Amino acid sequence: MVELTVRIGRATLGGLAYLGGLAQLGTRAAYFTFVAPFRGRALRLERAVHQAMAVGVEALPILSLISFFIGLILALQGAYELRKFGAMHYVTSAVAVSMTRELGPLMTAIVVIGRSGSAFAAEIGTMKVTEEIDALETMALNPVQFLVTPKFLAMLTMLPCLTTWADLMGILGGSVFGVANAGFSFGGYIRSTLDALYLRDIYTGLIKSVMFGATITAVGCHEGFSTGAGAEEVGRSTTSAVVKSIFLVIAVDLVFTAIFYFLAPE
Amino acid sequence: MNTSAGDSKTDDNVISVRKLRVKYGDREVLHGISFDVHRSETLVILGGSGSGKSTLLRTMVGLERPSGGEIWLQGKDLCRISEAERDEIRRKIGMSFQGGALFGSMSVGENVALPLREHTELEESTIEIILRMKLEQVGLAGFENYMPSELSGGMKKRAAVARALAMDPEILFFDEPSAGLDPIIAAGIDNLILKLKKAFRMTIVVVTHELASAFLIADRMVLIDKGSIVAIGTGKELQASTHPRVRQFLDRVPEPEVSEELDYLQMLTEEYRQRDH
Repeated sequence: MVELTVRIGRATLGGLAYLGGLAQLGTRAAYFTFVAPFRGRALRLERAVHQAMAVGVEALPILSLISFFIGLILALQGAYELRKFGAMHYVTSAVAVSMTRELGPLMTAIVVIGRSGSAFAAEIGTMKVTEEIDALETMALNPVQFLVTPKFLAMLTMLPCLTTWADLMGILGGSVFGVANAGFSFGGYIRSTLDALYLRDIYTGLIKSVMFGATITAVGCHEGFSTGAGAEEVGRSTTSAVVKSIFLVIAVDLVFTAIFYFLAPE
Repeated sequence: MNTSAGDSKTDDNVISVRKLRVKYGDREVLHGISFDVHRSETLVILGGSGSGKSTLLRTMVGLERPSGGEIWLQGKDLCRISEAERDEIRRKIGMSFQGGALFGSMSVGENVALPLREHTELEESTIEIILRMKLEQVGLAGFENYMPSELSGGMKKRAAVARALAMDPEILFFDEPSAGLDPIIAAGIDNLILKLKKAFRMTIVVVTHELASAFLIADRMVLIDKGSIVAIGTGKELQASTHPRVRQFLDRVPEPEVSEELDYLQMLTEEYRQRDH
């Protein structure tokens, strides 16, 4: 019994320490992104643009396909229930609201975790193993400023963009079902979607996506920096970055969804 | 010869290490090390695998935090200064890592020019000239557009030296400069170190376990064994030493094999018995 308590306590402390580490890394990255440029330390815009290409633009094809499918799936699943009530025309709002509020940001985050969160951990982990991080330090270059800041900036700007795109593609996916099976014209489907959406739906999704971006960067880079010695450690930290990111993104999602629910006007 | 603490602290000491202790977790790997590095000398830190010599070097450039003691570098105690002050000192030192530690995503030229671009306000054309000079010095002229992955082991080390030289450092540190290189390439690196020493009268600290290379480049040597200094002195002084560990290291005598069953058991369980105490 005592042992169980000890174990739970230790796990809890470990978890809190991990979150503390993430918060510390996030704060330092935020400092170098938003505060340091005003104190004469140049922001690495060139590297950030490079990262933004990798994180954002190169993710577009796969993200488009996935969110198009998700939109179609939502329409099918929604229609399954809605047709029982003869309310097929509500398919548009079912797709639009669940896409913009929830699945757009979430699917984007998951695609980005798989493509970029893991890449961050692998890149920084490899640099750790080959002493490149040490080399940065002995050259008086701050590894967080040098490596994390451009990634942070790229993620914070690209995730909302990607999410907006995913929302669009999802609605497009839904419209395929709407036009083929629910008697909508394409124009009618889009008009109906616009009627169903509130601006609130879109910006709550975008706020979430910014939070996801910060979480993914922090976890990916933190796992990279805590890589031990040896090549197999890089693999371990990459896997761990993906698993922890997915978990934390969903946890953050829950927190923000709850906040938006309780703050939203009736 | 001097086997205890280092010399007295004078202005001619660029680095003074005093009673330095470093711990990894509960295990202490350096047990109170003291020595000095004089201006313009090449000091070689010799020691076997696991002797703590690499840890010593990493601590001297501020990559490991000591658990006790002092490291005086340019009149400041490295263990008790702010991050900004430490960065200030680091701009005046260069370090060449064992595997080169070149940034894989940048070309050789970008690697060497990185400290210049980050820390100075020099014009791009000036940086180009310095870059060409540094690559010339290490014998890699014309390689600025190669990626590190396209270089051989010896060339990577040379490129790393060029990067370490970029800011015209006052002290140059080498971690195992000839490890993993064939004898001819290793001799080339030794020559490079000798050339730097002659041409710039630079203070150089080298960590190695290669005896031949150590005797070739060193003005003085520090022999480390199991986290403590066994001997300090010139090559001749070390050769003349009668200290059993020094002799064993210089004469390349292997550790005696454990023949007795009981000894072997004792060796295996030593760690546990120590933990119980």
